Amino acid sequence: MTERWSAGVLHYAEMGYWQPDYVPKASDVLAAFRITPQPGVPPEEAGAAVAGESSTATWTVVWTDRLTDYEHYQAKCYSVEPVPGQENQYIARIAYDIDLFEEGSVANLTSSIIGNVFGFKALKALRLEDMRIPPHYVKTFQGPAHGIVMEREYLNKYGRPLLGATVKPKLGLSAKNYGRVVYEALRGGLDFTKDDENINSQPFMRWRDRFGHSMEAVNRAQADTGEIKGHYLNVTAATMEDMYERADFAAELGSLVVMIDLTVGYTAIQSMAKWARRNGVLLHLHRAGHGTYTRQKNHGVSFRVIAKWMRMAGVDHIHAGTVVGKLEGDPDMVAGYYDVLRCDKAEPDPRKGLYFEQDWASMPGVMPVASGGIHAGQMHLLLHHLGEDVILQFGGGTIGHPMGIAAGATANRVALEVMVKARNEGRNLLAEGPDILRAAAKRSPELEMALSTWGDVSFDFESTDTPDVLPTPTSAGA
Amino acid sequence: MSEPAPRPPFALPARDRPAAADGGQAPAVPELLADDVTVDLTAMRTSAGVDEIIEALDRDLVGLRPVKDRISEIAALLLIDRVRARFGLAAGPPSLHMSFTGNPGTGKTTVALRMATLLHRMGYLRRGHLVTVTRDDLVGQYIGHTAPKTKDVLNRAMGGVLFIDEAYYLYRPENERDYGQEAIELLLQYMENYRDDLVVIMAGYADRMDTFFASNPGMSSRIAHHLDFPDYSLDELVAIGELMLTERRYRLSDEAQQTFRDYLARRMTQPRFANARSVRNALERARLRHANRLLAAGGSTPSSKDDLMRLEPADFLASRVFTS
Amino acid sequence: MRITQGTFSYLPDLTDAEITSQLDYAIGQGWALSVEFTDDPHPRNNYWDMWGLPMFGLADPAGALREINECRQAYPDRYIKVSAYDAHRGRQTVALSFLVNRPPHEPGFRLDRQEGAGRNIRYTTHSYALDRPAGHRYGPQ
Repeated sequence: MTERWSAGVLHYAEMGYWQPDYVPKASDVLAAFRITPQPGVPPEEAGAAVAGESSTATWTVVWTDRLTDYEHYQAKCYSVEPVPGQENQYIARIAYDIDLFEEGSVANLTSSIIGNVFGFKALKALRLEDMRIPPHYVKTFQGPAHGIVMEREYLNKYGRPLLGATVKPKLGLSAKNYGRVVYEALRGGLDFTKDDENINSQPFMRWRDRFGHSMEAVNRAQADTGEIKGHYLNVTAATMEDMYERADFAAELGSLVVMIDLTVGYTAIQSMAKWARRNGVLLHLHRAGHGTYTRQKNHGVSFRVIAKWMRMAGVDHIHAGTVVGKLEGDPDMVAGYYDVLRCDKAEPDPRKGLYFEQDWASMPGVMPVASGGIHAGQMHLLLHHLGEDVILQFGGGTIGHPMGIAAGATANRVALEVMVKARNEGRNLLAEGPDILRAAAKRSPELEMALSTWGDVSFDFESTDTPDVLPTPTSAGA
Repeated sequence: MSEPAPRPPFALPARDRPAAADGGQAPAVPELLADDVTVDLTAMRTSAGVDEIIEALDRDLVGLRPVKDRISEIAALLLIDRVRARFGLAAGPPSLHMSFTGNPGTGKTTVALRMATLLHRMGYLRRGHLVTVTRDDLVGQYIGHTAPKTKDVLNRAMGGVLFIDEAYYLYRPENERDYGQEAIELLLQYMENYRDDLVVIMAGYADRMDTFFASNPGMSSRIAHHLDFPDYSLDELVAIGELMLTERRYRLSDEAQQTFRDYLARRMTQPRFANARSVRNALERARLRHANRLLAAGGSTPSSKDDLMRLEPADFLASRVFTS
Repeated sequence: MRITQGTFSYLPDLTDAEITSQLDYAIGQGWALSVEFTDDPHPRNNYWDMWGLPMFGLADPAGALREINECRQAYPDRYIKVSAYDAHRGRQTVALSFLVNRPPHEPGFRLDRQEGAGRNIRYTTHSYALDRPAGHRYGPQ
């Protein structure tokens, strides 16, 4: 005991941060880190260091630690496993007692887990792969302001994915012309249109004008079609006060939904989630900037962790990948993100990158949004990979339609409905998808034009983030 | 949410099969056979899987010879109908509604269940499940109550067999405020218009069913097959008892076999004898006495596995059947 | 105009066979079916009139199709939809819903604007059908 507390430097593993016999409690928060230690650092020491530096440790022994129930508060690395097929890379699992965290605070959770440890010199690279949030902790968060079920009830739309489009061009339109794009896309058949992430309040278009014209367009389209429509009004701003001002105006105008960017920060996101529930408005989150730290497999934070945090924080929509579009997304990884957002209980699944079981204790699900380079010709793939509770956003795929924006919207809507109908009838989407689309195109000139314009477009690049699982050889003769 | 169990493919009846809006294939209608083609009927019979059901019926149910024969005949007719349809010799959807008459415990419900499976196997019923009801499930207590009740039962029975036990209770002409007539009207409609989707089997005592049909000629005319379920003979009852015991892993000692037989012979003549059901009840009581006998003997002699299986005469002799 | 409510409203009206196929899918998923009708198609009208009670425990869609056709016979000039309800935990709401009947002529909606301060406008989606009293909203003038 005296050695433990003698002044000087001890290995983290000797300070109690490496405990291979520790059995995580049901109430522990668990994290899985992918660690690449510097040469010469044993993996257990690296894992213990991560545990230490993300909880109570500092680089040298301090006597003041003895003023606390130290062993209770220190995180415990209980498992370190080598990653198959990689050299010097390990998955370390660490357990944190729930007492370490403030109730209901994403900011605190993230400051605790990733606030300190990522710059640690002893590690060449570090990635937070997954977390297990125990129901004890889940229950302290508001969770999605409304959730998937309530969203569908607000829209009165069931049985199919929802459709959206981001207004293009990304920048430069003035408010009145912006509203025209919204109107055309909505009346043509989309359920939602969207401000882009960087449309906040620029000299070419101020927020108040955009809101007014967009809501005119939304209401016109609703009267034209008899369906409920919405436009995600981006309330991202420089300060929280500005955000509240913009959001309150959006609610006053009767908007169904507002949107914020990830760049506003975790605290602002949670504040807006509370606002959204209080005001009965859906909250859409654009994951702006996430690619800077989620994309590389060896370093950063996996998007599935961001997705978990955002579900706890309380957003109703979050962009989560398309698989077949222009942005990064391996099919198995994306399936994992969608499970994190939608399921009430998820089991560990190495193929999908899910390291832990996760029980959300009936917290409503977040509607995933698939956006980026997708078009009507891929509808069968989208429905197959992503399922039904998803918002498919076709920005270019609507606005770039040769017959006009409304025609583009109609093409997407026809393609979607015919694909859902075919799936329900028991047809094989992967095998028959293109035929189903072509048959529907015979009665829909809009869809016909869309297929001939974009039919061959696909984005085939190797994913930067893929599962660790090694392919198993199939049995002989298969 | 867990995956639901795979469902049988939905095959639309021939009259309801226009082209699908998305140009997809409707469920395949086999092409008509040319006039000069010949068909191997035995092979067709085997491939339909009918024989297994008939054999299982023979094996699992004691006696009921006339019923089993009739079922074989019906199966043959349905098979030939199918083959005729392949040649374009369709004679319209056959009427498959039936009445089962006989005393309680003679196997009517069991056979109805097997019939449902058979018809499903032969392609005459889409689902092949059995919905069993009595009058109270169909008839309401006040105005407007009956139609929704009956329709709900019929909707749930679609694709399968609706088994109405003691169907004659639907008809109560002496009570003018009785709503059974409404249920009868609905049944008549569905039995006529939904012959592809639903088979109705009415069951009960023979004499009362006769009266019911006599007063409801519309009903009677829709019943294609009348099957009578005779009471079991003593030998058959004994055989049923032994089957039940084997299923439950019991056996009769040599002496008990004779006692059991005596028991049944006496019980048959007593009132409210319900055939197979009475046999089952008797065996349940015998098990009760067996258990108590073993526990009473308890400490003095340890019990073997065979002791735990073997019923003795004492387990039957205690019955009132012998004492009264 | 043509109201585009319901899951398949951008496709040609479903035939009875296609409806049956969708109902069969719903039954396979363990959902209950119900038929509803209305003469007030405003998008915020959540409570259409129910045609009987929801049908639970169906093994086959034939009975549900009969209910739909009976409703069409009774109300040929109204909007009729069939909904499939998922009672499993985690959803406990409608899972599929589509129109199976429309009035022969759909007048649609008008957008009413009420000008307010700061160039704000208050909008109301006004249903032409509701200009006439209940029972006389569709069909001959």
